[in-house]
Amino acid sequence: MSTTKKTIIYILLLVGAIIMVFPFVWMLSASIKTDIQVFEYPIKWIPDNPQWHNYIEIWKQIDFLTYYKNTVFLTLVVTGLSIFTSSLAAYAFSKIEFPERNLLFLLYIGTIAVPFQVIMIPQFMIIRHIGLSDSLWALVLIQAFTPFGVFLLRQFFMSIPNELSEAARIDGLNDFGIFSKIILPLAKPALATLAIFQFVFVWNDYLGPLIYLSSDSNKTIQLGIMKFMTQYSSDYALIMAASVVAVVPVIIVFLFLQKYFVEGIAMSGIKS
Amino acid sequence: MKSFFKSKKSGLLTKRNRKTAYLFLLPNFIGFFIFTLIPIVVAFVLCFVRWDFSNPMRFVGLKNFTYMFTDQTFIISLKNTFFFTIVSVPATMVISLGLAILLNKIVKGVKFLRTMYFIPYITSMVAIAIVWNMLYSPSMGPINNFLRTLGVDNPPGWTAATDWSMIAIIIMSVWKQIGYYMVIYLAGLQGIPSNLYEAAKIDGANAWQKFRYITLPMLTPTTFFVSIMLLIGSFKVFTQVMVMTSGGPGRSSNVLVYYIYNQAFVYNRFGYASAIAFVLFFIVLAITVFQFKKEEKWVNYT
Repeated sequence: MSTTKKTIIYILLLVGAIIMVFPFVWMLSASIKTDIQVFEYPIKWIPDNPQWHNYIEIWKQIDFLTYYKNTVFLTLVVTGLSIFTSSLAAYAFSKIEFPERNLLFLLYIGTIAVPFQVIMIPQFMIIRHIGLSDSLWALVLIQAFTPFGVFLLRQFFMSIPNELSEAARIDGLNDFGIFSKIILPLAKPALATLAIFQFVFVWNDYLGPLIYLSSDSNKTIQLGIMKFMTQYSSDYALIMAASVVAVVPVIIVFLFLQKYFVEGIAMSGIKS
Repeated sequence: MKSFFKSKKSGLLTKRNRKTAYLFLLPNFIGFFIFTLIPIVVAFVLCFVRWDFSNPMRFVGLKNFTYMFTDQTFIISLKNTFFFTIVSVPATMVISLGLAILLNKIVKGVKFLRTMYFIPYITSMVAIAIVWNMLYSPSMGPINNFLRTLGVDNPPGWTAATDWSMIAIIIMSVWKQIGYYMVIYLAGLQGIPSNLYEAAKIDGANAWQKFRYITLPMLTPTTFFVSIMLLIGSFKVFTQVMVMTSGGPGRSSNVLVYYIYNQAFVYNRFGYASAIAFVLFFIVLAITVFQFKKEEKWVNYT
């Protein structure tokens, strides 16, 4: 390829990249401005007098710490539980022969296509019935057992040769031993992929918390910034600072683990 | 005798396997059964009742469904959802494929650029929708300020104008998801054997011909996957609508899921909301089945 052609490609991709990150840079810049400076045009990316105290202010104005704690709790518990239960179920669906296996698995896959919006009302009824509405556990229960995780891990376990587990069986390992000593260590990339997907989903989820969490002490970050926006609708700089705080943890996790992310996406795209 | 012995043994084996399998399945299956399977059945029943939690449930037959035909807000939100799909799905596919092709041609900086494009996808829709709303601000926002410097005297009202609210939501949604589909297309492109292109080069094919007769046909499995994911996702658009416009101004950006949410959790019309949710489900199902039926006509698996 000629150098001019290459240069054009780089220019196109860079312009695209600038459009992609523009809202983030604008958000960062606005978060250290005063409300009047936020909409100044032409944009002054670094203000003369950075308002760093905006970041202190948001924790005072609204109970952000509680929202943060709730979100971290939800993310950890849902991700942990779903990895635990999905990997066990995926083992049964991929490594144990039993008569109803295909039928049960079909039941799992069939429900993946059902949109959350169809089952959210009955789920709400059930959760209310067992007295867990307005509790973080409500979200744990409805998000930790999704069939998606079972499906993803089962596809990966299928690619692990059966000879490995059979050899271990001859060596005297039972199914639980094969699961924990052979399959799980080999499935680390798939487990990481599932963990990241769950982490990002739970951290960013809005509809679920919106339905279940009504009292302030139970709210998550996403509900928190919405509340912030409605209460302080003209405190533009503070709203931007709150948004930065909501977005940063996911971006950090992504930057460290993006290898698994990209591989997981590529895997799911090619296999299907 | 031998076969008898064998079957008895395998019967025992089946019994033992089944017990182990159920032990492994149990932790997930309990949750799956209570919070996915039962709700699906209940959702179906709810379509045929009128119920608001406080008064007893009343069976109303097909009334929830016939009512939809006269419900203007439902019809508007259905139209808006279709509009969202018809514009955002092709736009996302074309842009993400274009980016993937460009990215596939270079070596240096691929990882960095990929990260830049991917970041919007993983960040919170709520936070990013709030940012976009400020960017869209008709009088003060940087987008319209930029358009004014370009000489556009009367820039759009974006989320504040009935004619533009859906378009504003679509632009933001496409921006947010192209990085994800770009990564999928990139994986698809890297799976195309390079000797195909070499052979085409020997035959004297130009860039367009290579794209048209090698890249596109070889990518059809990826395109198939991408189109299904996008179609299903586009019918479930919700958060950006809730945050940016609350379905407004007026009803100009009301969409199906936003309407379902409102009917169920604001007005407590659980039966009617369930019926609309089932309409959503059938649309998604019909599209998926249609796509799979058409699959052999245009998708090449090699």
